[in-house]
Amino acid sequence: MEYLILLAFWSAPVVLGYVFGRTAEARHYRSIIAREKEQLQLPATSLKTLVRGGPVARSELVTGSVVISVDYFKKAASALRALVGGPVKSYETLLDRAKREAILRLKESCPGADEIINLRLETLPLAGSQRNQVIGVEVLAYGTAIYYAAHAPEA
Amino acid sequence: MLLTNIETIPGKEIVVCHGVVSGSSVRSKHVGRDIMAGLKNMVGGELRGYTELLEESRAQATERMKAQAAQMGANAIVNVRFSTSSVAAGAAEIYVYGTAVTVG
Repeated sequence: MEYLILLAFWSAPVVLGYVFGRTAEARHYRSIIAREKEQLQLPATSLKTLVRGGPVARSELVTGSVVISVDYFKKAASALRALVGGPVKSYETLLDRAKREAILRLKESCPGADEIINLRLETLPLAGSQRNQVIGVEVLAYGTAIYYAAHAPEA
Repeated sequence: MLLTNIETIPGKEIVVCHGVVSGSSVRSKHVGRDIMAGLKNMVGGELRGYTELLEESRAQATERMKAQAAQMGANAIVNVRFSTSSVAAGAAEIYVYGTAVTVG
């Protein structure tokens, strides 16, 4: 009996993580996809040169960042995965979400810009106060927003 | 102060190059945020407290870098890079560096 209680005690966070984590992730993906559609007219490249070219009115450094936490289900799933190795799907989606969210925040911070060049992404794992405890991951996106003197002719 | 992370300021010419400028800031999170993050770990999702914390320290590091460039008499910083490292559990260093230049 006490084993059952112990099992329930340790598996509760994992079950909670599975239920809430999955709904939160689905919601986040829906918002990312909708916002990515809105930002389609603002292209971002990792090139150091202008894409469209022409006289530039203004340029500025823009950043966007997000910290996304790992839920207990993802942690448990990755621990199981580590036994056999191979792709850790639960962390892949986590990092994918964080990166796309950071790029979206960067784009949303400069309305009216014509393009973002030299986009760079930095990832920082945030460690908790206890050893081996990973709280989450921070992704920082930064680049140079270009505002052209004349707006692009409508195609 | 103009900032870019490319080698030039588009549409402007670099007249004087002053050299590397940098700014850093080390922050630790407080216990309240840690506990909240622990709870948030149950369900996953964004840790807003941490996003803000890191944004604040990045802004501070950038301000320090700008102050240094202003002291040199520069009016722009090109090739700005951000770097982060976890110094110890619960503390993170944000480091910003770039090249101070005068553009005309």
